[in-house]
Amino acid sequence: MNYDVVIGLEVHIELSCNTKIFCRCPARFGERPNVRICPVCAGLPGSLPVLNESVLDAAILLGLALGCEIAPFAKFDRKNYVYPDNPQNYQITQFYEPIARKGSLLLPSGKRVGIHELHMEDDAGKLDHEALPGRSLVDYNRSGIPLIEIVSEPELSSAKEAAAYLEQLRDIAVYLGISDCKMQEGSMRADVNLSLKEQGRDVLGVRTEMKNLNSYRSVIHAIEAETERQAALLQAGKKVEQQTRKWDEKAGRSYPMRSKEETRDYRYFPEPDLLPIPIEKERIERIRQKMPALRTEKVERYISEYHLSEKDSLIITQEKPMAELFEKTIECGAAPQKAANWLMGETMRLMRETGKGAEDLTFSPAHLASLIRLTEEGRVNSTVAKEVFEQIFFRDADPEEYIREHGLETISDGGMLEELAKTVIAGNPKSVADYRGGKKQAFGYLMGQLMKEAKGKADPGAAGEALRKYL
Amino acid sequence: MVDLIGDGSLSATRLGEAIGRGELKVTDALEACFAKIEEKEKDLGCFITLNKEGAFLQAEKVQHMIDAGRAPSPLAGVPVAVKDNICTKGIRTTCGSKMLADYIPPYDAFVVEQLKNAGCILIGKTNMDEFAMGSATETSFFGSCKNPLDPEYTPGGSSGGSAAAVAAGEAFAAIGSDTGGSVRQPAACCGLYGLKPTYGSVSRRGLIAYASSMDQIGPITRDPEDCAALFSLLSMRDPEDATCHGQMRPSYKQLLSVMGRVKGMRIAILRDPSDGKAAKNALENLSKARQLLSDLGAETEEIKLPEPENAVSAYYTIALAQAASNLARYDGVAYGHRTKEPCSGLKEMIRKSRTEGFGEEVKRRIMLGNFVLSAEHYDAYYRKALQVREGLVKRYEQLFSRYDVILSLTMPALPPKLSESLRDPVSLYRDDSYTCIANLLGLCSMAVPFGSLTEKLPGSLLLTANRFAEEKLFAAAGALAGHTGE
Repeated sequence: MNYDVVIGLEVHIELSCNTKIFCRCPARFGERPNVRICPVCAGLPGSLPVLNESVLDAAILLGLALGCEIAPFAKFDRKNYVYPDNPQNYQITQFYEPIARKGSLLLPSGKRVGIHELHMEDDAGKLDHEALPGRSLVDYNRSGIPLIEIVSEPELSSAKEAAAYLEQLRDIAVYLGISDCKMQEGSMRADVNLSLKEQGRDVLGVRTEMKNLNSYRSVIHAIEAETERQAALLQAGKKVEQQTRKWDEKAGRSYPMRSKEETRDYRYFPEPDLLPIPIEKERIERIRQKMPALRTEKVERYISEYHLSEKDSLIITQEKPMAELFEKTIECGAAPQKAANWLMGETMRLMRETGKGAEDLTFSPAHLASLIRLTEEGRVNSTVAKEVFEQIFFRDADPEEYIREHGLETISDGGMLEELAKTVIAGNPKSVADYRGGKKQAFGYLMGQLMKEAKGKADPGAAGEALRKYL
Repeated sequence: MVDLIGDGSLSATRLGEAIGRGELKVTDALEACFAKIEEKEKDLGCFITLNKEGAFLQAEKVQHMIDAGRAPSPLAGVPVAVKDNICTKGIRTTCGSKMLADYIPPYDAFVVEQLKNAGCILIGKTNMDEFAMGSATETSFFGSCKNPLDPEYTPGGSSGGSAAAVAAGEAFAAIGSDTGGSVRQPAACCGLYGLKPTYGSVSRRGLIAYASSMDQIGPITRDPEDCAALFSLLSMRDPEDATCHGQMRPSYKQLLSVMGRVKGMRIAILRDPSDGKAAKNALENLSKARQLLSDLGAETEEIKLPEPENAVSAYYTIALAQAASNLARYDGVAYGHRTKEPCSGLKEMIRKSRTEGFGEEVKRRIMLGNFVLSAEHYDAYYRKALQVREGLVKRYEQLFSRYDVILSLTMPALPPKLSESLRDPVSLYRDDSYTCIANLLGLCSMAVPFGSLTEKLPGSLLLTANRFAEEKLFAAAGALAGHTGE
């Protein structure tokens, strides 16, 4: 029996807003426990949530980017469940009327995957079972960090496609500037719903939900393993049980967490502390007007406008700050291909060596453009240019100033080069004799000597001419 | 003047004036209250926590401001009691529950900030039904409270301690909270004025939630002027309560100027919303009031309430559902009661803590609330209750296009006798039938003492008006004022 894999993804992304979703605490964590909290996000008696409207704007922006219909009201509901990382013992989410629905996402393969809905909600705190033996501690710094959950239609059909979907979704959210979407750091999390369907039949199989997927790799591994697990069950004539499972990346397998019988009743009801906020057409239009270009649009433009190859365009746009750096360097007058070469070559080499990410780059695009101009004008040769670039990379040096201060400008002055040629010829009689005797390769040696005398700054063309003249 | 303080008849605004003119010191008023507390508190049980030291410190500061000619408000120096479900920074706030018996909030509720800024002196936290669930102040973990007018009776509830303290002279005014009648009923039982303002008119920040969409904080006072003064002080937009409106509120002056002006006012008289069990002399009070208002030029007409039984059912369904969710946070994890019994794990720790920390009535309401919210029953209960509410909103809109105010009894009968309410709790739910409609629909409503029910116990009438129509309540209340006793 052959089966088709049917996959739907529920993706949570953490928004990079300044403050939390329902209070004014800074939306940062990774600091000492419980320093970014207030009565609201710690769930103290009498505290009330107030929506951070920049979260609503971000949700509308993402909804529009995914081609969704935007709800006429922002309404919230309570999801009741008891767990100590959640100080109110309910989560404020959107159950009855999500902010956006009925959208789609285009994969690089050309396949369009339906987006069922996206909704806003608050994150929970974190439990620490390790710090004190026999006790559990709770840290609410993360409590109230704004989240958007994006629910796809069950239209993905392989691990590869699921990974492509996640990458596209990441690109969109990152380019919209609403999240950094780092799976390893938990700012993007995915749950996989998977079932198998007999080929040629329309009936969907029983699905499982897989949690605890912290990297693209574990998403791929979990899908492959779950596909095999379900197929083996079906082939052995057994049934797949509807359940929530937890992926263990180290062990390369999953374990059941909850079965259908244990499914929680979340007792959803409209959140009475937040009144529905009407979303005016003007607001939606204002957000639409300000929508930044997405990665796919940039790639298209780089190819058509800057004549970059698709490969180069994809490399440059991999990280949004890199694409921005590239565009600004061009705005400062650099030729697109040359700018791309410096970014893909030296810049990425130094990033790898120093472990820096694109968002850590601090040099000004004007300085890179200026270096490119100096090379084009022949005022620095390529060896010097690399040295100067390091100065730009590490301390944003101004290349004009740097080469002036360090006397690195190429020597192309005829008189000066002729003096150097004479010195070299006088100092290397044997090689000169060899050259004159017909050994043309001796010329290379003499050029090297000249460069050495010139401390690498000689213009190679002009230096060759001067040398030939006296030989 | 000092004698006047002692006999419990001086109003808060007149006390404020006397203090402002320098005829009385802030400490005179405080000492009078604490003398009464000393004398009566053992019998009555109005307070859960007294703030004696803090009150005198505050009094000193306020007196300085007054002496320097910088009185922060006309109520500066007036001792006020606050219900114990309203957070006070550094002063324990128990909600009348073992669950929060040691809970000290790190912040002041919005209304407490307002009282402090106005120079009111916080003298203590008043007794109440546990988590405001009850109408006799008998479900309090700290013991029940007696009615100072007749100690065989309770002071009503759930803000019974607030009302009893004012009636006993232990405070000049008090703040309560009203989810289904919890300000108005005890005010009625104790011969006082009690206002449930329009939902969204007073910030709920710092009010420990019972039913979020119906809770509202309101004053309990000796006369309508005090009620107006406190209402205009508390009613203000608070950007930190998303349900608190930006609508303009009437000033104290405006409210004073309309008081008693009922000429041409259209008043609907509601005789009996439910099952005709109202006491005969209570109904006579209603007739007298109608006559009085007519004599003053108001047009009165008798009406029947649309769907009174449905209103009570919808009210309780919504209130209990929200309560179940709001009270889920009391799990003994970060604050509040935690069991001292050995536990095998988190689940057991939470279960035991809640079992020990909550009283019977609270547990009953949490269970009922979770039942109506469960996936299986949501449509039959909670969704239906919301639909009933929608329907009633429309019918009341019609009603208020024809009438300015609805006049009814506050309660169908006498307040519960001591320990009576605990015997048949569910029958008490029906006592909310006059008051709870204002909470269900977010209307404003006010209990006004009028006539009497027994030799000792006063009668009370209820005025209800449309959202943000408090001026109309005060207009009618002014006309009814002063008609207590036989």
